[in-house]
Amino acid sequence: MWDWESSQVLRKYLAHVYVTLRPSVLDPAGTAVQSGLSHMGYDNVEQVRIGKYIELRLTAVDEKTATEQLNRMCDRLLANPTIENYRFDLKEVSVEIGASM
Amino acid sequence: MKFGIVVFPGSNCDRDVAYVTRDILKQPTRMVWHEDTDLTDLDVVVVPGGFSYGDYLRCGAIARFSPVMQQVVAHAQQGKFVLGICNGFQILTEAGLLPGALVRNRDLHFICDRVELTVERTDLPWTQAYSVGKTVTIPIAHGEGRFYADKRTLEQIEANNQVLFRYAGNNPNGSVNNIAGICNRQGNILGMMPHPERASDPILGGTDGLKLFQGLLERVVAVV
Repeated sequence: MWDWESSQVLRKYLAHVYVTLRPSVLDPAGTAVQSGLSHMGYDNVEQVRIGKYIELRLTAVDEKTATEQLNRMCDRLLANPTIENYRFDLKEVSVEIGASM
Repeated sequence: MKFGIVVFPGSNCDRDVAYVTRDILKQPTRMVWHEDTDLTDLDVVVVPGGFSYGDYLRCGAIARFSPVMQQVVAHAQQGKFVLGICNGFQILTEAGLLPGALVRNRDLHFICDRVELTVERTDLPWTQAYSVGKTVTIPIAHGEGRFYADKRTLEQIEANNQVLFRYAGNNPNGSVNNIAGICNRQGNILGMMPHPERASDPILGGTDGLKLFQGLLERVVAVV
């Protein structure tokens, strides 16, 4: 895709964002799930922590720009740094034939 | 003293607050839609309880970026009053107007109950109508009201006497230091999980919440 404003080719990326509770924050839902697993017989499960997984598609001129944008998105909205950590991986995806752009 | 009550899609305590400020206290009150951008006529902005934007992602996370919130921040920066109740408290922490965060209750239950609170300080307009150390009874209704802050932040909150209300006796949700309500360092922004607006009309079984609103009115007489 061509971006007329910057006269650059825009690349399409797929990001997998993982948001997890910081280790210092109690996760009672994780504890409840651990208890369920224990009832199933899996009493070897030592800890369960529940987080969020977000799939996000975006366009950017390059991977560096996309990474910078994603960091800002995570810091400001996708995660709350007071209680959560995040990480993401990013890969370039080819534009599907017939996809509306 | 003019009150403005912010209404987000999903707010559900907005009219209860208006009933207190407009009908009981006879103060000029208007509802502020989440897309409004002019709050200059207001003395007090109330961010009410509910489930703003469905509380998707995290409680208050999306509301924080609504157009009205930029104006709420500007209002607060001028030293004017901002009160966040329940979901409003969550939104104020997400917006960075108050420290810490509110997370899932320790026992995972949504708790709808009346709780006893101790009033920690009475030298601010919010609590000047109360007696210090006195226990008051105010309802709570939340699933994610466990106040959390890291150790350093918590030490600062305590050192600056920012805790206005603490749960007395049993801690219902697992909040650190039994915290039920805090203010910013200047004291013009208050966030609390309990609902003072639900304890302001005797027909509802208690009026301990009304003093919070009355304290603000006394300030007008005393200071302005």
